[in-house]
Amino acid sequence: MEVQFTLNGKKVSTEIAADTVLLNLLRDLGCKSVKCGCETTNCGLCTVWIDGKSRLSCSVLAASIDGHEVTTLEGVEKEAAEFGSFLAQEGAEQCGFCSPPGFIMNVLAMFRELKNPSIEEIKEYLAGNLCRCTGYMGQLRAIQKYMEVRNTAVNITVKKMGGGEE
Amino acid sequence: MERIDKVQNLIPEKPEFVHSNQEKGEAIESLKIVNRPVVKKDAAALVTGKSVYTNDLAPSDCLIVKVIRSPYAHALIKDINTARAEAVPGIECVLTYKDCPDKRFTMAGQTYPEPSPYDRLILDQRVRFVGDAAAIVAGTSEEAVKKAMKLVKIQYEVLEPVLDFRTAKDNPILVHPEDNWRSLCPVGADNKRNLCAHDVCGDGDVEAVLAKCDHVIDRVYHTKANQQAMMETFRTYTYLDAYGRLNVVSSTQVPFHARRILAHALDIPKSKVRVIKPRIGGGFGAKQTVVSEVYPALVTWKTGKPAKIIYTREESLIASSPRHEMELHVRLGADKEGNIKAIDLYTLSNTGAFGEHGPTTVGLSGHKSIPLYGKTEAFRFTYDVVYTNVMSAGAYRGYGATQGQFAVESAVNELAEVLGMDPTVLREKNMVRQGDKMPAYYGEVTNSCTLDRCLARAKEMINWDEKYPYRDMGNGKVRSVGVAMSMQGSGISAVDTGAVEIKVNDDGFYSLIIGATDMGTGCDTILAQMAAECLECKPEEVVVFGVDTDISPYDCGSYASSTTYVTGQAVVKTCESLRKKICERGAEYLGCKPEDVDFDGEYVTELATGKQISRSQIGNNVMCFSNAPLSASEAFSSPVSPPPFMVGMAEVEIDKETGVLELIDYVAVVDCGTVINPNLARVQVEGGIAQGIGMALYEDVVYNEKGKNFSNSLMQYKIPTRLDVGTIRVEFESSYERQDRSERSLSEKS
Amino acid sequence: MLTIGNYVKVKTLEEAYELNQARNSRIMGGMMWMRLGNARVKTIIDMSELGLNEIEETDHVFRIGAMCTLRQLEEHEGGLRKFYGDGIAESLRHIVGVQFRNQATVGGSIYGRYGFSDVLTALLALDTFVELYNGGTVRLSEFVNRKADKDILVSVIVRKSKRKFRYESIRQTKTDFPVLTCSVVTGIYRGQESWFFSVGARPMKAALLEKQWEIPKDATDEQLTEYAKRVAAEFTYGSNMRGSAEYRQHLAEVLLRREMRSILDEYNAEEK
Repeated sequence: MEVQFTLNGKKVSTEIAADTVLLNLLRDLGCKSVKCGCETTNCGLCTVWIDGKSRLSCSVLAASIDGHEVTTLEGVEKEAAEFGSFLAQEGAEQCGFCSPPGFIMNVLAMFRELKNPSIEEIKEYLAGNLCRCTGYMGQLRAIQKYMEVRNTAVNITVKKMGGGEE
Repeated sequence: MERIDKVQNLIPEKPEFVHSNQEKGEAIESLKIVNRPVVKKDAAALVTGKSVYTNDLAPSDCLIVKVIRSPYAHALIKDINTARAEAVPGIECVLTYKDCPDKRFTMAGQTYPEPSPYDRLILDQRVRFVGDAAAIVAGTSEEAVKKAMKLVKIQYEVLEPVLDFRTAKDNPILVHPEDNWRSLCPVGADNKRNLCAHDVCGDGDVEAVLAKCDHVIDRVYHTKANQQAMMETFRTYTYLDAYGRLNVVSSTQVPFHARRILAHALDIPKSKVRVIKPRIGGGFGAKQTVVSEVYPALVTWKTGKPAKIIYTREESLIASSPRHEMELHVRLGADKEGNIKAIDLYTLSNTGAFGEHGPTTVGLSGHKSIPLYGKTEAFRFTYDVVYTNVMSAGAYRGYGATQGQFAVESAVNELAEVLGMDPTVLREKNMVRQGDKMPAYYGEVTNSCTLDRCLARAKEMINWDEKYPYRDMGNGKVRSVGVAMSMQGSGISAVDTGAVEIKVNDDGFYSLIIGATDMGTGCDTILAQMAAECLECKPEEVVVFGVDTDISPYDCGSYASSTTYVTGQAVVKTCESLRKKICERGAEYLGCKPEDVDFDGEYVTELATGKQISRSQIGNNVMCFSNAPLSASEAFSSPVSPPPFMVGMAEVEIDKETGVLELIDYVAVVDCGTVINPNLARVQVEGGIAQGIGMALYEDVVYNEKGKNFSNSLMQYKIPTRLDVGTIRVEFESSYERQDRSERSLSEKS
Repeated sequence: MLTIGNYVKVKTLEEAYELNQARNSRIMGGMMWMRLGNARVKTIIDMSELGLNEIEETDHVFRIGAMCTLRQLEEHEGGLRKFYGDGIAESLRHIVGVQFRNQATVGGSIYGRYGFSDVLTALLALDTFVELYNGGTVRLSEFVNRKADKDILVSVIVRKSKRKFRYESIRQTKTDFPVLTCSVVTGIYRGQESWFFSVGARPMKAALLEKQWEIPKDATDEQLTEYAKRVAAEFTYGSNMRGSAEYRQHLAEVLLRREMRSILDEYNAEEK
């Protein structure tokens, strides 16, 4: 059967089987950032966005995304690199197998939903993203520093805007 | 050369070489690149999800390889009918034990001759655990292979298994009755007794000392098997190159060992095998065993076609290389004042169906737990490592030390209870200190050790004196603190070898070629940092290449916390000889004698005249009308394995009614010598602690009465999420010998 | 491995029902559990375009469409939270992760009648019904004990009523399957003060008990312990790798007592 959907902003039309799993389709379409870590919905490595929401591509039938928008890390590379640089500063990307695909996608999704999440909110939002290298602390430091810098940048922008009005 | 000396001086070659802290502080202060948090060289590629891992790189025309696994814990294959499976369109081959060489080998990634017994075939007529390989199917698509797997008809003669490791030794049921089983090293192995290893060692008369003790703590502790659960499962692809050689791209910690093991397994010359390691999605010791490589290798060797295997998570959890389950019997003797006089430890280790890392991990359970106590008059350490019909164990972070330290440290805490003494005070009284000889650690002397400072700092960090022994939180919950100490090694003394090569290229940039395997730990970056420091250049001027067994100089691989220490030393030595060569070459171009020039990292300068030639110019000159390359290569192996130390303290909250335990805070203070890259070192320790927390609180490999593994998914085998690890805080109390220790031990469970 | 022959995105419920009558047809929920099985499905039926992904509030009920995700229910800021407090969200937030809950559906969770289901335990204790395409609207407590058939769950209906609601679970890791789930609801039912207790993950699926008890607002801990013990003893328990039957019964006693205490505390605070 054929599916048509938007992948990272581009229209895609491709032939699939009824039981093709989205994760496999995305990798076949060249989105190699998407990884499979567990097959049982527990690790979060396969996180992509469907219509802007974090989902586990290992458990989505490719057929069901007909007409929807799918975003992988390849589609938000600039943002990923920006947040990723904070991760790298902490040495918290480590092996990189969980962080770029699933973890960063869900971090970016979190910031779309929550403006200034608390530590507890961060931990809860990202609980479905397993990491075996870091013990999670370095990832948390990276998120906090990213938020600091981002908030400072926002404040500066706000001040500048305020200054303009005066 | 001054900079080299500074780096070099941090690593005393002679045991008596010890700096004062002040000197050390100054030495570190003047380092420009080492001891700085440099971002990992592969970071940008990793965080933007580039195709750098094994499965991202595998050609699309690879045959898909899958393994049919035994449903029985112990059985003999009576008959395999492959005809119907082979007839499935797209199926390339179905391989059985009849297609495999009958020469036994070990999958343990260890230096030859391996202490692990040669007890395996790629496929064997006898299957030894639920999940053991029974046949290999390869075909052009996943669907075809899965379909064919169902059509392979295997007739088993089901045998009674040995499932309880306490009854394995001298059990009439033998896991390895075969006559071509062999053990290359004198480790006390005997396949006719289900013994993979056995030893007794000691110092002093332990029974006599214990008899005189006021208190003897006599306890048995049981530690379960644990899975490394790295996020990237085992995976390998293989192909034949233009020369007909077997090329193996694999997620491995041990490329050079893998080359040898594959040659043994396939019974082909080592010259026929090349192993390449791309980026690895974690290893933690799992990939120090050649778990997945043999299957596609056999397929490619038989068919001439490229092949790949990607282990499912289930396969990674039922047929892999987890931590050895152990039962440890500790007897700990002390006088009334709490002076620990004697430790007697018996370890029973379960190696499972095969002996990978069996004889070696068990050693650490005693040799890295007993020496933590420096004042003992006698010790004895006895062990048996037994075969059973469960999945084979392997190497996992801590490598046996974890299990031994859990037992000994728990016994020490119980002693504190009996004595009515604060367990930190008991440790202050008894812990090993700088200058102590450690009879249970091969007689080595602790030339540098700040375990005392680690303990003091950890107490401050967790506010021990206020929190010990416990606080009633008033809602049915109590909070309490616990403590444990830990030590490791830095490579296997007189065995581990690391070599590196550094080349000078055009415009003077350096290529650092290593055989050490970065598995996300950042050793590529750390070694480049060390090279940049010694060569006085920016880290980005050193490009790193690793690992390809055809190109890289030999390295035993990344395990035993050896990389920064062993391979790092090789980097320092290589830089030293390369600087000499750069001076010689510079002098030649300047037309003067090598002893009359100096190299400051950028220029070779004739001291008398001030005439200069830049490194860039030298690099370019070397590529034109030159009769000698400009490169250097050195190796390093250490006669000693200086131990890093750690003190860990945990605060937990226990709901007395439900028994639910919540980890509140974990502090760790680590003495690992000079920290080369503080961020990477901190993350290493935090990650190790999180794994320890998982092992202590959540993770368990559970078998049913028939030997079926229930912990076969991340749904059932629960590694901690970020909600389960509390807060982990790490600090370093650096002493002077240097090694970046990547291993961390079990967290204390109060 | 799950294999699927055809995939059909249906346009009407009727079409879904017709297709689903074939033996090898399945309705697709979030695909969280079905994918893990070994079924050979001939036709998989996607109901995502039938407008069943809303939570609708009327004067008398909350109507939760079968295709609503667990995350929608968890995040629902409307009347559900106003009526029943944080208990609903509590019964959802421990389930694997945000991505999982963005995908798993309420219909799938309830239709599956899984032993480990948090949301089933929570909804069972409330005044909850399921709307079936063919079988009409039946009480959840009845539906939970029915055998799986070929009918289609259209929506889950929670009747509005003045109830106090508590939900708690015990887990090993924070996002693991529960060792035990436990809900207590109280309010006036048919003119009489009633207590509803549901216990799930026993490890069998949740079951419900109703007691017409008038528990004094100033009940002592001993009295509540007695009540909790009596209730807990009326459920059956089993053992698996997450806990023994004995441990589960003990946990049920503790959680039931704590939830009852918490409800009484709220009553007492309201009276002040």
